[in-house]
Amino acid sequence: MTTIELATPQSLPDPPPKLSRRLLESNNQLFRASPLNYVVLMISFVLSAFPLYWMVVLASRTNDEIVQLPPPMLPGGHLSGNVEKLFDAPDVLFAKALMNSVIVAGTITVSVVIFSALAGFAFSKLKFRGSNILLGVVILTMMVPIQLGTIPLYMMMNWLGISGTLPTVILPFLVSGFGVFMMRQYASQAVPDELIEAARVDGASTLRIFFSVVLPALRPAAAILGLFTFMQYWNDFLWPYVSLDPEHPTVQVALSRLSSGTAYYQDQALVMAGTLMATLPLIVVVVIFGRQLISGIMDGAVKA
Amino acid sequence: MTIQDNPARPADIPAPGGSGKAGYPGYTGDRPPRSAFRVALSRWDTKGSPYLFVSPFFLVFAVFGAFPLLYTFWVSLHKWPLLGEHSWVGLENYRKLMGDEQFWNSTVNTFGIFALATIPQFAIALMLATTLSRRMRFQTLFRVGTIIPNVTSVAAVALIFGAIFSQGFGLANWLLSVVNIDPVNWSADRWSSWTAISVMVDWRWTGYNALIFLASMQAIPTDLYEAAAIDGASRSRQFFSITLPLLKPTLIFTSLISIIGGVQLFTEPLLFAPGAGAIQGGTTRQFQTMTMYLIENGFTRFEFGYAGAVAGMIFLIILLVSLLNVLIIRRISSAD
Repeated sequence: MTTIELATPQSLPDPPPKLSRRLLESNNQLFRASPLNYVVLMISFVLSAFPLYWMVVLASRTNDEIVQLPPPMLPGGHLSGNVEKLFDAPDVLFAKALMNSVIVAGTITVSVVIFSALAGFAFSKLKFRGSNILLGVVILTMMVPIQLGTIPLYMMMNWLGISGTLPTVILPFLVSGFGVFMMRQYASQAVPDELIEAARVDGASTLRIFFSVVLPALRPAAAILGLFTFMQYWNDFLWPYVSLDPEHPTVQVALSRLSSGTAYYQDQALVMAGTLMATLPLIVVVVIFGRQLISGIMDGAVKA
Repeated sequence: MTIQDNPARPADIPAPGGSGKAGYPGYTGDRPPRSAFRVALSRWDTKGSPYLFVSPFFLVFAVFGAFPLLYTFWVSLHKWPLLGEHSWVGLENYRKLMGDEQFWNSTVNTFGIFALATIPQFAIALMLATTLSRRMRFQTLFRVGTIIPNVTSVAAVALIFGAIFSQGFGLANWLLSVVNIDPVNWSADRWSSWTAISVMVDWRWTGYNALIFLASMQAIPTDLYEAAAIDGASRSRQFFSITLPLLKPTLIFTSLISIIGGVQLFTEPLLFAPGAGAIQGGTTRQFQTMTMYLIENGFTRFEFGYAGAVAGMIFLIILLVSLLNVLIIRRISSAD
């Protein structure tokens, strides 16, 4: 999955000695990081990480310690106390919110991966009339600002009689144009045509081919798509915020209620403890799958 | 990748017994003759399956994506309260919107924050990408570092930075006081609130864009740089004469995505000053964005028709700005 292919001096053929040294030098100068580059990267790393560190500091202090000047710079010893208070807070329903977010993001992820793989397989490996036009439509849907349909979406959920409940925030997102496009790109290079032909000759139906030949081959891309999708809907805010009833919050909605002080008195330490709880699962994901996430983003960029 | 070494790949297996097809795994002997029914079934399978496979995407998108967008326009032509009957008013909502100071205020805010956030963001992301493209130690660590902010939820970002920019005990004001600058009430006026919100947006997106830029920088052939270096071009010269022009498609794509995202900015300003009336974006609406105004009309005032008109205008503005953006970038890079 690594996408780094810098030409190293070693990979060059042997030119005349004089030119070779010049090339070597210029190459090294060109592509090797200078001390200044390291300084820039260190600064950017610190800037990236600091707000999250700061969150941990505030989450592990009491509200009284937070408002002192100068502000505390090291984590304190109140993290577990704050987390306990958070889960006990009556109006916030934080435990339920975490559970709801797992259900919502999990359901959407499974659905998006399966349907994207199905459609991606069809677009890359099966011949059918209108496939180019339909693929164009898929790409177009990626550009549509979906938030602008919020009002009718809200009305539709009323018609369906499910407004305010979890299906409201699941149904609209069961498919993804980005997912279909990504799977198409991956399938066209990862699934050999001969394999599909072979299965067909053996009498397998197209659906059977999908499940026993194509889906296993798509696993690496499916994993990345799954990661992105889960993160996106774990983090989703606007639609859950306007559509969900107070008794069915997702974790991001619970955070906003925690911070707005309508559900509970404004306690900055508590808000940060909640933010930490909501962010922790994703930080774990990044630590474990960081490499895959990065190659996912970068591969997508080159193809798009 | 893994499929290349797949032992089940037919071509790699020497066919035992001479017959080509006998080499497939699971092959048990000569196929039984097919009945007419099975042939018909199989033909239907090859013809119908592709449509069947792509249909879930199009069905769900049609119902929950395309229909709401189109219906927004229909709703916007009505006076449409939450309860009670709706009535046709034609373009009246749009006419009213034209003279609506609160709407234009939100438009100015949205684009002000967008400019304030995006220009430094792209500059920093480009610099970061060139730095990341060098050969170095701890490469993965640095790259993972750039992506951490992007996986943090927008709500979390808004709350963390809300604490940093809080007036009484915030870190930002404390740092200012260290260098003897008076504390700023960040959410109170236009420029300071725009700055704080831009910082939130940039913290979350700069690293992501840097990775996108990095990916397309790596697609640039290295011998271009080698040739330029031999000709004596400095690094900055190389950047402006090779890297930037060749990044044009990526720049267009990324700025389009940024515009679509920027116009829909919502969570950061909403949670910047949470509490009752947060949807107004400050006491004098100094940081209310267009999407906040849309939601305010829809879900605080419950005037669906008028909110629909706001959505329609936002759509139009996105379209215009995207077009303008493509034209400008074309012009800039063809001038070189």
